[in-house]
Amino acid sequence: MRRVGPFALFAALPLGGCQGWQSALDAHGPSARSLADMFWIFVAVLATVWVLTMITLLLALRRRRPADTDPLATDPQTERRMTITISVAIGLTLVTVVSLTGLSYAAQKVLFAHKGGALTLLVTGQQWWWEVTYEDPQPNRVFTTANEIHIPVGEPVLIKLESSDVIHSFWVPSLTGKMDAITGRQNLIQIQADRPGVYRGQCAEYCGLQHAHMGLLVIAESKEDFERWREHQISSAIPPNDDERQRGMEILLSKPCVMCHQIRGTDAGGKVAPDLTHVGSRRYIGAGTLETTRGNIAAWIVDPHGIKPGVNMPTIQLEPDEVQPLATYLEGLK
Amino acid sequence: MTRAITSHDLDAVPEVSRLATGERGGVPGIQSEADAPPSPDELRDDQVDGPELTARLAKTWGTDKGLIGTLSTVDHKIIGRRFIVTAIIFLFLGGLSAVAMRMQLALPENRLIGPDLYNQLFTMHGTTMMFLFGVPIGEAFAVYLVPLMVGTRNIAFPRLNAYSYYVYLFGGLMIWVAFMLNIGPDVGWFAYVPLSGPEFSPGKRADFWAQMITFTEVSGIAVAISIIVTVFKLRAPGMTLDRIPLFVWAELVNSFVIIFALPAVVTASAALMMDRLVGTHFFNPAEGGDALLYQHLFWFFGHPEVYIIFLPATGWVSAIVVTFARRQAFGYIALVLSLIATGFLSFGLWVHHMFTTGLPQLGASFFTASSMLIAIPNGIQIFCWIATLWDGRPVFRTPLLFIIGFFFIFVAGGLSGIMLASVPLDTQVHDTFFVVAHFHYVLIGGNVFPLIAAVYYWFPKFTGRMMSERLGKWHFWLAFIGFNVTFFPMHITGLMGMPRRVYTYLPEMGWANLNLVSSIGAVLFFGSFVLFLYNIVSSASRGPLAGANPWDAGTLEWAAASPPMPQNFDRIPVVTNREPLWANRDSLPVVAGLSVENREQIVSTITHGRADLRESSPEPSIWPFVAAIATAILFVGSMFTPWALVWGSIPLAVALMGWFWPKPSTEDER
Repeated sequence: MRRVGPFALFAALPLGGCQGWQSALDAHGPSARSLADMFWIFVAVLATVWVLTMITLLLALRRRRPADTDPLATDPQTERRMTITISVAIGLTLVTVVSLTGLSYAAQKVLFAHKGGALTLLVTGQQWWWEVTYEDPQPNRVFTTANEIHIPVGEPVLIKLESSDVIHSFWVPSLTGKMDAITGRQNLIQIQADRPGVYRGQCAEYCGLQHAHMGLLVIAESKEDFERWREHQISSAIPPNDDERQRGMEILLSKPCVMCHQIRGTDAGGKVAPDLTHVGSRRYIGAGTLETTRGNIAAWIVDPHGIKPGVNMPTIQLEPDEVQPLATYLEGLK
Repeated sequence: MTRAITSHDLDAVPEVSRLATGERGGVPGIQSEADAPPSPDELRDDQVDGPELTARLAKTWGTDKGLIGTLSTVDHKIIGRRFIVTAIIFLFLGGLSAVAMRMQLALPENRLIGPDLYNQLFTMHGTTMMFLFGVPIGEAFAVYLVPLMVGTRNIAFPRLNAYSYYVYLFGGLMIWVAFMLNIGPDVGWFAYVPLSGPEFSPGKRADFWAQMITFTEVSGIAVAISIIVTVFKLRAPGMTLDRIPLFVWAELVNSFVIIFALPAVVTASAALMMDRLVGTHFFNPAEGGDALLYQHLFWFFGHPEVYIIFLPATGWVSAIVVTFARRQAFGYIALVLSLIATGFLSFGLWVHHMFTTGLPQLGASFFTASSMLIAIPNGIQIFCWIATLWDGRPVFRTPLLFIIGFFFIFVAGGLSGIMLASVPLDTQVHDTFFVVAHFHYVLIGGNVFPLIAAVYYWFPKFTGRMMSERLGKWHFWLAFIGFNVTFFPMHITGLMGMPRRVYTYLPEMGWANLNLVSSIGAVLFFGSFVLFLYNIVSSASRGPLAGANPWDAGTLEWAAASPPMPQNFDRIPVVTNREPLWANRDSLPVVAGLSVENREQIVSTITHGRADLRESSPEPSIWPFVAAIATAILFVGSMFTPWALVWGSIPLAVALMGWFWPKPSTEDER
């Protein structure tokens, strides 16, 4: 039984492996929970099959026919016994896989039954960030943000997935399984959180140079908090309330930033990069790469390619004294 | 060891046609060239005997010395040996790129390797392992062993076989040279569009990937044809379908899978090349193309590909289990039927690579059922092997140890595959490190462990010397522990949310410890390969001499000398049993009457293995090598200009004319 050694070593590892803010086994939504339950059922069944097969193998290796037997000789009785045993084993295998297929199919029907909720989002995967548009029947209540999705707790939220360039995959494991965002197509996925919290997600389909830095956050909050957040997001950017921020805004508007970024309520109207109207309220910049602090914003503006090599944001020529006001202004866009 | 067959033996083997046993009349009712009276001035192998026969045949079937001779050889053993060595070199290169990736992932936010190099590394790792190691290694063993196992003197279409090797070599060199020049492909081994398309992968990187596919596919399909024809038409007299060794069955089924699967990926890569080079829009949604079409085409090849890698390994496992269990295979018919069923079913599973692309749910669940169903033929194989060991008397030598390792690892990988077959579970684990763990359990467990076993097992046949058993045991434990330490934690890393193909990760993700364990395991695992290499190199020159049949095995390749003479067998054996060397321990019945002065082979009937014709086998020729160079020029040129297809075809046509230029042999004149 020495061969089992390495496996016994690993038996301790799974215990520590379930928790985390991006873990499929740390489920915080109904579909993630049913998937985690199903996962453990599969593990139990399949591990049993593995252990039984390996025990049989080890017993088979211990058993030996008499030394002088002709290798071509077979004993009809042994042959018959082995045939019956294998037939039974195959029958059991068939029953196992048919049951697992049935279980899987049942879960699949629930998982992909999109009830649709009060809230519908359009999430567009781009190299290498997520554009998030909150749809609304009233056009003036539609708004766009990036890399951070707020949802009300306990309500199903329907997400339409699109891609503006290559294939990406939307995956927030604590809430549900993944779904690809495919160029020229629209896929649907539904997420729901049981309790307030911050759940991290990440692009799961290799999408080029910075596939590793294409994170997003789903923040589940109470209905009231969510509505408050939404009203704030619909509103235009907060005007600068001091000289430094005023100067920061002027620098921003005089630089190429405005070609790509939008700040509603100002002349910055670019649509190809993340909307910065409320960038200061988001927890991360650079699609889950850096926490939103004034220092990090400054670092990002000065050298985006040092932080996220290959990112589509160019390095902007700034005077040394322009960085600080610009970062202060952006950080203030709560 | 061998003796000429007598009419008494022929009575015992009624299905063997009376090929040249002195009475030249042949069997009534069978009109064959074998009945033609031989030219009286041509020496036949019933007229000489012993060392003189061996020496004369070796001269007839031998390969000339010198550079031209080396490049002209059509000997399946020489080509097979080059194939095996090249494929194993690519295995080491792929392994090195994996170790480099593990070093980068050992620590969060590691700055050892940047995203550009990392993306090239995992693309080269996957591409090399799948196309330059996985497919060729199975065919390489077939090229070497199938003619020996079916008891013939050379593979069918030996020049095509030589050509295939050079094409494969040039394709592999091309992509690795590109990588060394830092223009290696960086789009992943399945190069999904639009990422690999003209808009998002400018430059030539993706073209190197797509054109490498063309090289390896041309080579792979050509070898598959040679193997199929060898198995169907060149078997020794008496080798009926139910006496074909399991290894040969596995390679036969594998060759058919190759022939039907590879055209799909050639279609995909050729359409991708055209999108990139001449502005077609096969995969461009903006112009009415479809990005998902590429995935269907790719995986219609890509899933059978897994079985192209696994099926030859089942052949290795069968051969080794039987020899070391000291018992003939239990359930031979069941094993053969499972192989064929696996071959067919492998074409019905491809959509399980696409469960998260938003396909219709009913369609997707069909593929859940078919993916789970393939557990049945695979289960039958596993159970039959265990039954063979159960009723046998296992001898624990290194090859069997690696086969035991195969059982432990491959069965675990197969079972985690059942999770991936489930649409809902797949939405969580698809494209994560869980999948990385799964397919390394399947592919390393299902191919590399049996491969190492096969190298230890057939090394004496290839070189005439035994590999070190002591090092072999160390090698096994280092490989087994190293493998599991590397890949088992990846299951958990994947479930904790780590996607595959990320060059780094943030410290707060909590993946650092598991990744460090995997990286340490990767070093151990790579160390086992260094040990393997040392064992190969030192045993090749200093290992104890093996003799013809060191393991007391039952199949025909062990009747040939170690290493085999150019003619393989002095006289073609007559097969009376599935394990001929166990059934005829004293001497093997043979047929005689083939020419000693010309390359003559017996062509036999497909089902009964009756000797049917004497057919001459092609002489060595430099033209396959020249044609391979011309092919390489055409393929590489067409990455840069479509006109290469026009001017590149001229040298190729010249080379093919030289190749097929009629060269009358004495046999053909008659």
